[in-house]
Amino acid sequence: MNDPLYCGVDVGASSTKLVLLDQSREVRGHSIRRSGVDYAATARACLDEAIGAAGAEAGQVRRTVSTGYGRRNVDFSDDTRTELHCHGVGCYHHFPSAITIVDIGCQDNKIIRLDESGRRVDFKMNRKCAAGTGAFLEEIALRLDVELEELERLASSTTEAVRLNSFCTVFASTEILSHLRRGEPLANLIRGAFASVVNRVAEMDRLDGEVVLTGGVVAHNPTTAEIFADKVDGEVKVPPDPQFSGALGAALTALAQEEKNA
Amino acid sequence: MSQEKSAIKKIRATGAMREVMAEYFAELDEAAKTGSEKIAWCTSVGPAELLRSFGFLVYFPENHGALLGATRMAADLIPAATAAGYSPEICSYLTSDVGSYLSKTTPLTRAFGMESVPKADVLVYNTNQCRDVQDWLGFYEREWGVPMLGIQTPRSVGDLSDAIVGGLIEQHKALIPHLEEISGRKFDIDRLREVMASSHRCTQLWREVLRLATHRPSPITFFDCTIHMGPAVVLRGEERAERYYEVLIAELEERIADGVGAVDDESLRFYWEGMPVWGKLRDHAEQFAGHRACVVASTYCNSWIFDALEYADPFEGMARAYTEIFIVRSEDFKQGYMESMVRDYAIDGIIFHDAKTCPNNSNNRYGLPLRLREQIGTPFVVIDGDLNDLRLYSEEQARTQFEALVEQLQEQPA
Repeated sequence: MNDPLYCGVDVGASSTKLVLLDQSREVRGHSIRRSGVDYAATARACLDEAIGAAGAEAGQVRRTVSTGYGRRNVDFSDDTRTELHCHGVGCYHHFPSAITIVDIGCQDNKIIRLDESGRRVDFKMNRKCAAGTGAFLEEIALRLDVELEELERLASSTTEAVRLNSFCTVFASTEILSHLRRGEPLANLIRGAFASVVNRVAEMDRLDGEVVLTGGVVAHNPTTAEIFADKVDGEVKVPPDPQFSGALGAALTALAQEEKNA
Repeated sequence: MSQEKSAIKKIRATGAMREVMAEYFAELDEAAKTGSEKIAWCTSVGPAELLRSFGFLVYFPENHGALLGATRMAADLIPAATAAGYSPEICSYLTSDVGSYLSKTTPLTRAFGMESVPKADVLVYNTNQCRDVQDWLGFYEREWGVPMLGIQTPRSVGDLSDAIVGGLIEQHKALIPHLEEISGRKFDIDRLREVMASSHRCTQLWREVLRLATHRPSPITFFDCTIHMGPAVVLRGEERAERYYEVLIAELEERIADGVGAVDDESLRFYWEGMPVWGKLRDHAEQFAGHRACVVASTYCNSWIFDALEYADPFEGMARAYTEIFIVRSEDFKQGYMESMVRDYAIDGIIFHDAKTCPNNSNNRYGLPLRLREQIGTPFVVIDGDLNDLRLYSEEQARTQFEALVEQLQEQPA
C-alpha cells in the first residue's frame, strides 16, 4: 500500500487535530492531542499517530496543509490556510450546498457563509472576548468543580436552562455561583451555560438558510446543537467528527492543490 | 497561503520629513524654556490657523498621542492615568498622554531631545472629533492654571446648514479677544488670510499625495501616509510643510513613472477605515505586503484635506473646513463618501478598525459595513483593537481576519 496520502493539521488554541486522506477523499487516519506549548512537536506526534492508525508509511504523505492559530508552527507543512477557509471546505465536503457554518472553538467562534458552489461569501469572527466559546464552558466547569466530560450528561438530563445575563465569562461564573447559592439544580445551570454559549454565537450575525454547526464544543456537547436548533427555529446540521472539520478541510485543500498542480 | 515577510520600501523623503519635524519641535522646546514665544495647544482639526495668525507656536497633543502609540509606550503609561481617575475605556490618546505627563516620560526625549512636552500658554480645543479632547485639555488647564478656550461643533452633521456654519463663525470670532489678551497682539485678518492660504496649499498638496495612490500599483501605502501626514497635521499654515510635500510628490511620481509600487507585485487593494493601530504599523504593513496587498486609501489620512480654507471669508472657511470632515458627518454622508472612495481607488476590500477607546472613529458600530456591502458589494472585516492601548488588541485574531479576507478575494472568479 503505497498510495499517496494528504494531510491536514489544525493547530487550535486548545487541541491539535490531524486528518489523513487518500486520493478518493476517504479518511485513512486521524489524531487529536492537546496543543500544549510546543505546537510543532504536537503536530508531528499527531502525524505519527495518524500514520500508525492508517497503517501507512511516512513517505506516503504527499502534501500537508496546516490551519488554526498555530498553522505557521507546523514544520512539515507545505502551505497554510486560515481556519475560515478550512472549516468551509471541510463542512462543504459533507453538505455541498449554500450553507452557514457556525464553528464554536475553544477560544473563538466563526460564522462562515458559503454559496452553492462552496465559495466563501463572507465570514465573521467573535470579538476579542472568550464569552460564547469553549473556554467559557471550561471556566464554568472549573468553578463548579465538574469534569468537562460531565457537562454534556448534566445538560442533557434536563430541559430547564437557567438564564445567564452576563456577557463576561468571569461575571457569568459569579452569576452561576449566586444561582447555586439559591439552590438551583446543577444540571439547570450547566444547560444555562450551554444556552449562553448559543446566545453569544447567534448574535454574531444573521443566521439564514441551512446552518451547519461544527467545532470542539458541539463535538463534546451535542446538546448545544439541540439548543441551537431551538434558537434558530429550524434544523441544525452537524458533520461527522465536527472537531475535525478544519483538519479535514486542510487535507482536502492539500489534495486539491496536488490535483491542480498535476 | 504561506506568507513571506516582505520588506517595507523606504521613502527617501522620510529624512527630509524628520528634519522638518525636528525643527518644529526644537522651536517649541526653545520657546517653552525661554518664553521667547507663546505656545498654544490645539486639537488636530481645531482652529490652528487662527492661532498661528496670532503668532502662537502651535503644539498638537494628538500628535504626542500618536507618538506614544507608535513607540508602544502607551500601555505602560495608561495605568498612571487610570490610577488618577481616568477610565481605561476613554480615549487612549488622552490616557496615554496624561499617563505620560504624570510619569514624567515622553517619546519626545528620545526622538527630539526634549525633556518634556512644551507647557502651554493657552489650550484650545474643537469638539468636532469628540468630547474627549475637551476633557484632555481640561487636565492641563487644572494642572497648569492656564486658560482653555474651545469650539463646540455639532456632530452627525448631514448638510452644513447656514445655522450650523453661522454658529461656528460666531464661536471662532468669540475667541479673538481672549487670544489678543494672551498673545499680546491685535488680531490681523490679513495675517489670518495668509496663514489660511498656506494651509490650503498644504492640504491640497497632501491631497495630491493621497490621490497618487489611485495609480496601480500604488506608490504609497496607508501605513506610509500615517507617518508622512505629520507636517500636514502640525505645520500646515507654514511654507516648510508645502515644500516638504513637493519633495514627497516628486518621489512618488518618480515611482509611478518607473512602475514601482509600494508593495511588490500588488494584486489586491484595501481601504482602512478608522484609526491606525499605532503600535502595529510595521507589522500590519508587512502582513499586507506579504500577501501582495496594498492598503491604498483611508478615512483617517483623508481627514486632513480642508477645501473650505480657501473661502474668501476666513471665518466661514474655518467653520466649514473643520466641520466638513468625515468624523463630524452623518451616517448617510459617510456611506456616500466611502462608496466614492471605493470606486476611485478601485478597492477590493475594506478593513474596519473598531478602536475600543475611540467610538467616534470606529464606523462599524451603526451598521455601515453591511449597508456598504449591500450597496456596492465590497467585502470587509472588522478587527477589534485600539489606536494606542495594545492590551485591547489581539494579534492573531487580526492576522487571521486579514488573511481570510485575502483568501476570500483570491477565490473570487475572474
